[in-house]
Amino acid sequence: MAYDKFTVLTSTAVPLPIENVDTDQIIPARFLKATERKGFGDNLFRDWRYNNDESPRQDFVLNNPLYGGKILVGGKNFGSGSSREHAAWAIYDYGFRCVVSSFFADIFKGNAINVGILPVQVSEAFLDQIFKAIEADPKTVITVDLAAQTITLDATGAQESFAINGYKKHNMINGFDDIDYLQAMKAEIKAFASTHSI
Amino acid sequence: MNNKPSTLFDKVWDAHVVRKIEDGPDVFFIDRHFIHEVTSPVAFLGLESRGIDVMFPDCTFATADHNTPTINQHLPVTDPLSANQLQALERNSAKYGISHWGLGNPKNGIVHVVGPENGITLPGMTIVCGDSHTSTHGAFGAIAFGIGTSEVEMVLSSQCIMQPKPKKMRINVNGKLGKAVTAKDVTLYIIAKLTTAGATGYFVEYAGDVFENMSMEGRMTVCNMSIEMGARGGMIAPDETTFNYINGREKAPKGAAWDKALAYWKTLQTDAGASFDKEYHFDAADIEPMITYGTNPGMGMGISKHIPKATDLEGGVATYEKSLKYMGFEEDQLMLGKKVDYVFIGSCTNGRIEDFRAFASIIKGRKKADHITAWIVPGSHIVEAQIKEEGILDILTDAGFQLRQPGCSACLAMNDDKIPAGKYAVSTSNRNFEGRQGPGSRTLLASPYVAAAAAITGVVTDPRDLLA
Repeated sequence: MAYDKFTVLTSTAVPLPIENVDTDQIIPARFLKATERKGFGDNLFRDWRYNNDESPRQDFVLNNPLYGGKILVGGKNFGSGSSREHAAWAIYDYGFRCVVSSFFADIFKGNAINVGILPVQVSEAFLDQIFKAIEADPKTVITVDLAAQTITLDATGAQESFAINGYKKHNMINGFDDIDYLQAMKAEIKAFASTHSI
Repeated sequence: MNNKPSTLFDKVWDAHVVRKIEDGPDVFFIDRHFIHEVTSPVAFLGLESRGIDVMFPDCTFATADHNTPTINQHLPVTDPLSANQLQALERNSAKYGISHWGLGNPKNGIVHVVGPENGITLPGMTIVCGDSHTSTHGAFGAIAFGIGTSEVEMVLSSQCIMQPKPKKMRINVNGKLGKAVTAKDVTLYIIAKLTTAGATGYFVEYAGDVFENMSMEGRMTVCNMSIEMGARGGMIAPDETTFNYINGREKAPKGAAWDKALAYWKTLQTDAGASFDKEYHFDAADIEPMITYGTNPGMGMGISKHIPKATDLEGGVATYEKSLKYMGFEEDQLMLGKKVDYVFIGSCTNGRIEDFRAFASIIKGRKKADHITAWIVPGSHIVEAQIKEEGILDILTDAGFQLRQPGCSACLAMNDDKIPAGKYAVSTSNRNFEGRQGPGSRTLLASPYVAAAAAITGVVTDPRDLLA
């Protein structure tokens, strides 16, 4: 699915300072029964966000009106576990366009880029700085510049660079996806397949 | 001829690169693609919205497993959402000419059980599925890993995905495994040592005599859990054990094609002197029967040990305390003797015949503890038939257990097999995340022996005390 172009994102952020946030927490398996990519944001972090009786849990950050924005900041090893792309869909559908962490699980990172969410990996120290800034001021504004590959705390100017390969960066800036690329090289793939025996 | 020493992983990977993109991923050719009902429907919608076709339908295999009931499979599926997903898989498979082993088909079962047992999974292949435990197939010397739904759409439409080549890690385990120490214990031990993210960014090769002496079932258990330490996948060089397992299976090569394949498969080993980005060595004698006490698979320990103290860990104290609070445990407690409510044996990790043999060896001549609810779920109909043929069903019945029908079941609790909130389950599956087996459920991951011991005694019990 093609997605919105990603260039510069300036937004407040939602802090989730928990490590090893797995994709079963991002979206529990019982909410994977849809056959269309619709409405997954309603069940984002379902079991941390709601009590068993469906009432919102006041101690969870998504239920705290102080916090909001298009950037989700998570503890290290974000997105471990199941390969369910539904986790990335839920984050996107809720309204996030960028997830910041000091470490991402591989499959989640790939899924995020494939649906148009930019995973920004920062140092432990910078992540800590972001969490502290948001704790001090929930309206802390962060700017993520994909072309420059930088993330900046606007108030202080504190900045760090992040890595992304040139191919994926080009795709995100232009709103292209891998399927467009692969469709354009079908003849080459078929030629490969004809000589490839297993 | 290139004489530079090469790894098993490099040999298989490099044979599948269609194009290398500068400062980008490899365009990576996929030999076998498994699909199931949960992660494929949106990929098919994508094909429709783009107006593109499936490139090689013969290379994709569909089975229904994640969201299927494990009782009364002959009746219509009552949950309308689940029924809708199953129908979508059937409809999409028929539309594009993809082989479909749906509910009720004698070949149906968990995708990572049916692929190998039908000879679809072969050495040297690249294998993907929209499921992280696709790493299971690495047991055959294949590069196998889980993908997202966007990538399912890529494979359907172009038989390729865009994949940066991971770094290489080798994990060596040598020595003799102790009594009641199984493949599951070996993998839980390795994950506890490396942590849940210790192999992120790597593809693992398992080497050493422990793996050489392991059955294919055991190797599949080990490779299956590779993802639980963050690795994209894990693989083991194919050998006579592998070839004997494959030979004669339905879709395995036959006759001259077998001889040709075998000659190639025998080249699939890491050459002496080949280098890895990271390497670990463990001693088999250090491994006990394992159990987890926390909310990720890296939080495991020998069953006779005490739960670690937060102060003994490096960082992450708040996350650790949250985890123990969820489990209802405290630091420094013994796991032995803790009350268990449920026992689950099954899943793509431990749902093969060898696992049920191990379970039966402990329960034979004993009775299930009264308060234990046990879910005994074979990985496939073929495994189910073996359980019956080998007399294991009689042992189960005599001990007060019932056999259910194949599927992923309580491993991820998408169907009705949910562990209730607050209850403790000793589970042979792969994940102990919060709520993984049902909202509020508390999972203790372990081997079939440990599961059997808990089912008999009703508490966490060292299986060495019950094995003859």
